[in-house]
Amino acid sequence: MPDAIEIRGLSKRYGALRALDGVDLAIAQGEFFGLLGPNGAGKTTLISILAGLARPDGGTARVLGRDVLAEYRAARRLLGVVPQELVFDPFFTVRETLRFQSGYFGLRGNDAWIEEVMHHLDLAGKADANMRSLSGGMKRRVLIAQALVHRPPVIVLDEPTAGVDVELRHGLWQFVQRLNADGHTIVLTTHYLEEAEALCGRIAMLKQGRVVALDRTADLIRRFHALYVRLRIEGRLPDALAARRVPHAGREAGGEADAGAGVLLLQIQDYAEAESVLAALRAGGCTILEMEIVQPDLEEVFVQIMKRR
Amino acid sequence: MTGLLTLLQKELLRFWKVAFQTIAAPVLTALLYLIVFAHALEERVAVFEGVRYTAFLVPGLAMMSMLQNAFANSSSSLIQSKVTGNIVFVLLPPLSHREFFAAYVGAATLRGLAVGAGVVAVTSPVVGVGIAHPLWSAAFALAGCAALGAMGLVAGIWADKIDELAAFQNFVIMPLTFLAGVFYSIGSLPAFWQKVSHLNPFFYMIDGFRYGFLGASDVDPVVSLAVVAVFFAVLSAGALALLRSGYKLRS
Ligand SMILES: Nc1ncnc2c1ncn2[C@@H]1O[C@H](COP(=O)(O)OP(=O)(O)O)[C@@H](O)[C@H]1O
Ligand SMILES: [Mg+2]
Repeated sequence: MPDAIEIRGLSKRYGALRALDGVDLAIAQGEFFGLLGPNGAGKTTLISILAGLARPDGGTARVLGRDVLAEYRAARRLLGVVPQELVFDPFFTVRETLRFQSGYFGLRGNDAWIEEVMHHLDLAGKADANMRSLSGGMKRRVLIAQALVHRPPVIVLDEPTAGVDVELRHGLWQFVQRLNADGHTIVLTTHYLEEAEALCGRIAMLKQGRVVALDRTADLIRRFHALYVRLRIEGRLPDALAARRVPHAGREAGGEADAGAGVLLLQIQDYAEAESVLAALRAGGCTILEMEIVQPDLEEVFVQIMKRR
Repeated sequence: MTGLLTLLQKELLRFWKVAFQTIAAPVLTALLYLIVFAHALEERVAVFEGVRYTAFLVPGLAMMSMLQNAFANSSSSLIQSKVTGNIVFVLLPPLSHREFFAAYVGAATLRGLAVGAGVVAVTSPVVGVGIAHPLWSAAFALAGCAALGAMGLVAGIWADKIDELAAFQNFVIMPLTFLAGVFYSIGSLPAFWQKVSHLNPFFYMIDGFRYGFLGASDVDPVVSLAVVAVFFAVLSAGALALLRSGYKLRS
């Protein structure tokens, strides 16, 4: 069974800039996969190459085993892409837009599916409205519908919830989760890390055109310090605990001011280890003023990974 | 085939939805030219033996309008899609560069022919011209519109901004169509300007199309059709090469 997406040694330059710098990535069929990274990391470039909107300078990309250049017709039929930019054709209505998109993929008599997609995305009421008259959120839904008209097994969404209100976001994710449950492979990029954490089974983090982390979401979070003990103590931290101390990261420490006030962040592998920390503190004669066990989240993992070289 | 036909249909609907601007307006413009020029020049300009000036003017105006509108159709559709970004809708599907070419040039040709039919329909009752050799006229109309559709495709791919396209239209298309013998017979020009005119491919389109109406022309229509065919072939090869390479469309 070929991978839904298989990328090998992919590179892309824009002038002197390396937008992608040797990316390897395999996404299995049926996955819900997150592609994260700061602005300019190369997420959209990678998606553009998959979609045939950009040409790689090196490496290969395949969709369900079909090379995106040599077998572009087959590859594009297997792929549905929701572009990052909110684009639309002001000449047409929602239904016309979807019928045309379906026709470009060689499908005739696809109206039943088009109506169904419109229904699921709450577009039915606007089917005959001109694209110009729609709100931003509605236009985004039409973009999603356009990516689905040809029933692609692999669906890529490039920041689909950017600038979309909370309610619509929620509805969208339910819809996308259903598509995933129906067997579609989903690849998404987003800025909302909680979303990625809640939805994605696996995550790749891109930084300056390179994959800097790739793992199951849960493992990725676990790999980065299973737990933290956040402490405020009176007295000196016993030497036995020095190795556990971590530089203040993300929301765990409220910045330098807190650090000065004696807030420490200690790493532990599990809850049982909290006890040995307490024991060591007692043995060292420290008084605990405040204590809290905190779990890292994806946001923090993200911040940590991006801070490294 | 469905992909190509859908893109063609989209391109047709695009101008048909605003037919008032894309068909009616150029027909009116041509009619105004006819009224003004015919009134001013009817008795003053000699064209072909035994041919009235207005009868000479009608096919020239019709062809000029066809060429300008065929060019405008493909070029403006492309530049608008590029500027607004909705070009991705036609870049994401599995359409080949040939299908892309055929759809855009096909729609541009049909727009040109619709405008041409409109101009002839509106002016011929006024002037009372007949068509001596309809097949010759049809051949030149088709080849001319297709050539300008392909040229519009090239210009639309090349231009980054609507301004650049407008400049191309004003400084290349307009002068070449105006100076292609729409309003006068090349035969009445001094020898030097006759030679210059023969370098203008639009001249052969207009002269050949007019031959179909009047049965008289400055150049043998066979020669003209060959020139137009070569012009079309060169532009098509260029447009297809650009589309194939993804120049300015796929980064
Ligand atoms: N068409 C282009 N021309 C020049 N530079 C580009 C182009 N597209 C993207 N880039 C650059 O490539 C880098 C990666 O961009 P992009 O893939 O859009 O990042 P992301 O989607 O992760 O925010 C950025 O530095 C961006 O400025
Ligand atoms: Mg992006």
